[in-house]
Amino acid sequence: MNRITLAHGSGGQAMQDLLREVVLRHFDDPLLRAMEDCARLQPVAGELAFTTDSFVVDPPEFPGGDIGRLAVFGSVNDLAVGGAQPLWLSFSLILEEGLDLERLQRILASAAAAAREAGVRIVAGDTKVVPRGAADQIYINTAAIGRMGGPRLSVAAARPGDAVLLSGDPGRHGAAILAARKDLRLSAPILSDCANLHPLCAAILAAGPGTRCLRDATRGGVAAVLNEMALASACAIRLDEEAVPLDPVVQGLCELLGLDPFSLACEGRLLAVVADAQAEAVLAAMRAAPQGAGARRIGVVREGPPGRVSMRSALGGERILDMPLGELLPRIC
Amino acid sequence: MKYVSEFRDGVRARRLAAELARQAAVLALDPARPLRIMEVCGGHTHAIFRFGLHELLPPGVEFVHGPGCPVCVLPMGRVDECVALAERPGMIFASFGDALRVPGSRKSLQQARADGADVRVVYSPLDALALARDNPDREVVFFALGFETTMPGTALCLQQAREEGLDNFSVYCNHITIVATLRAILQSPDMRLDGFLGPGHVSMVIGQRPYAFVAEQFGKPLVVTGFEPLDVLQGLHMLLAQRLDGRCEIENQYRRVVLPGGNAAALTAIAEVFELREFFEWRGLGSIDHSGVRLRPAYARFDAETRYGLRAPHIADPKSCQCGEVLKGVIRPEQCKVFGRQCTPQNPLGALMVSSEGACAAVWQYGRHRIRA
Repeated sequence: MNRITLAHGSGGQAMQDLLREVVLRHFDDPLLRAMEDCARLQPVAGELAFTTDSFVVDPPEFPGGDIGRLAVFGSVNDLAVGGAQPLWLSFSLILEEGLDLERLQRILASAAAAAREAGVRIVAGDTKVVPRGAADQIYINTAAIGRMGGPRLSVAAARPGDAVLLSGDPGRHGAAILAARKDLRLSAPILSDCANLHPLCAAILAAGPGTRCLRDATRGGVAAVLNEMALASACAIRLDEEAVPLDPVVQGLCELLGLDPFSLACEGRLLAVVADAQAEAVLAAMRAAPQGAGARRIGVVREGPPGRVSMRSALGGERILDMPLGELLPRIC
Repeated sequence: MKYVSEFRDGVRARRLAAELARQAAVLALDPARPLRIMEVCGGHTHAIFRFGLHELLPPGVEFVHGPGCPVCVLPMGRVDECVALAERPGMIFASFGDALRVPGSRKSLQQARADGADVRVVYSPLDALALARDNPDREVVFFALGFETTMPGTALCLQQAREEGLDNFSVYCNHITIVATLRAILQSPDMRLDGFLGPGHVSMVIGQRPYAFVAEQFGKPLVVTGFEPLDVLQGLHMLLAQRLDGRCEIENQYRRVVLPGGNAAALTAIAEVFELREFFEWRGLGSIDHSGVRLRPAYARFDAETRYGLRAPHIADPKSCQCGEVLKGVIRPEQCKVFGRQCTPQNPLGALMVSSEGACAAVWQYGRHRIRA
């Protein structure tokens, strides 16, 4: 077999073969191998955190990552920015009839490697196959359970005077995906920033017990996260545009297409709101941690109209940084 | 980044702003009756708001946001025709991305796509041509719009379609010309402008000579200007310098891109494929003589208007909309009755709220914190 067929989702022999020969080959966990209907988990002391996310990306393999890696880190990162240590992950596949089996193998191998890197066990899963055209190659849903620890973080906890820190250059995942789409025919050397943020979060929380809020900037990019924070915390945020590290290739792509790097998705960047007194210590810890080398202090939380995010340009003018409008549509000229 | 960062340099911008202030002082400009400079292009408008350039202007100088956003000025009747075309069975309708959000009287192309129409976002007319080649059993229409900037692309694409005999390909031509539009603005009875920052990319194609009438017949200076912050400030500096010297001329700030005679190959292709229409309707401005082009008879079989019998019915702009007055600089965007209330980027009522380059959308997106309630 070299392509997925509807038989692979039928519940019969073909599906058993797929599970044993492909899925379990990569996700080798005793809880999965038992092939029970559910994974039985040992009790954990204290509070648990639980999250779920679905992943659809075109193309499913892109420079710097693939949908498998994205699906593991996506849920793990949601736990990490909530202050939780990831423990268990479920991994469900929806496959389109005709999907190249080699591609599935690569994606599962990559997901397994990502899970090992993040120290999370893949203990439950499901596989469905839909007719050609009913899905785009491969969709993945993951859900993750983690153990809470450290301070209680909240998107509503930002206070005037707090520092806003960004862990690295924004917009690289979104730009990498755009550049990888065939219809653009660009050969921009952009790698997705898709990464595990758990070690970075742990470093931040160790250095800054006064950390108010962590958020990974995924869909909607840095602009969406800052708007959510300002709105939930009922304060204003002002950024200094010159302080934001921009990758020149990402910026070039955005100039070309009339897009804003602040609205492009990231998959390995986070924003931290930290009490000003601890900001330098946290920044130093971020820069020493994986995925944090490019961390910068980019702005400040202020008294002001609730929900207003603005940015001071290098030229001295100030503008609003709005919640992205929806579908990113390139300009004509 | 080459050709970008050096034109966004804060130190140079502040130096230019100081120089503008010095010019304004020598000219003894009156803030109560400011010099009104129209930036013609949506790209200029976008840069002004994105970088906060209006905050760097000396008292007595004001930007008026011009009509140069081709997406904004698309009349509703033509959007309706696009939706109707896209909804024809078997049709592939190819469009530039930012035209998808423009509201028609029934729906936008984005809504039509959600309702099942096959609407594809393309980045070049050649992508639409490739769609026609790859789908020989389906009809493909390319929604051609834009000023002279995008006309050469459409022209070359049509020449290629004719060469290849691609019978399932046609173009819905909504190209417009900037020169006729500038003339209409200058002839408007409520016009009160003192000079123009001329379009950069249009001029890359047509050169700077077609603007001669602006200075000669109407006595207004025009400086063809690029789209980076320092371009805009330098263009303004050149306009004020003309005033100081008592000159009124067409000048070119954007010399790294625009040649005086434009691009000869592009102009040849345009002339071979397009001819002027007697008039073309604009959203917000009404009908303007000779402001649009259509395909020449030699290209009739690639003309979606002929092929599908399109008539582009006239649909009046919403009565509450004051886009026309904003476009002519009679009122500022935030002075419109519906600005930010019934009309927002999420739910645009008027043309200027539709594209990020529309004056109203730019004010809303980047500058609404400054508007006095």
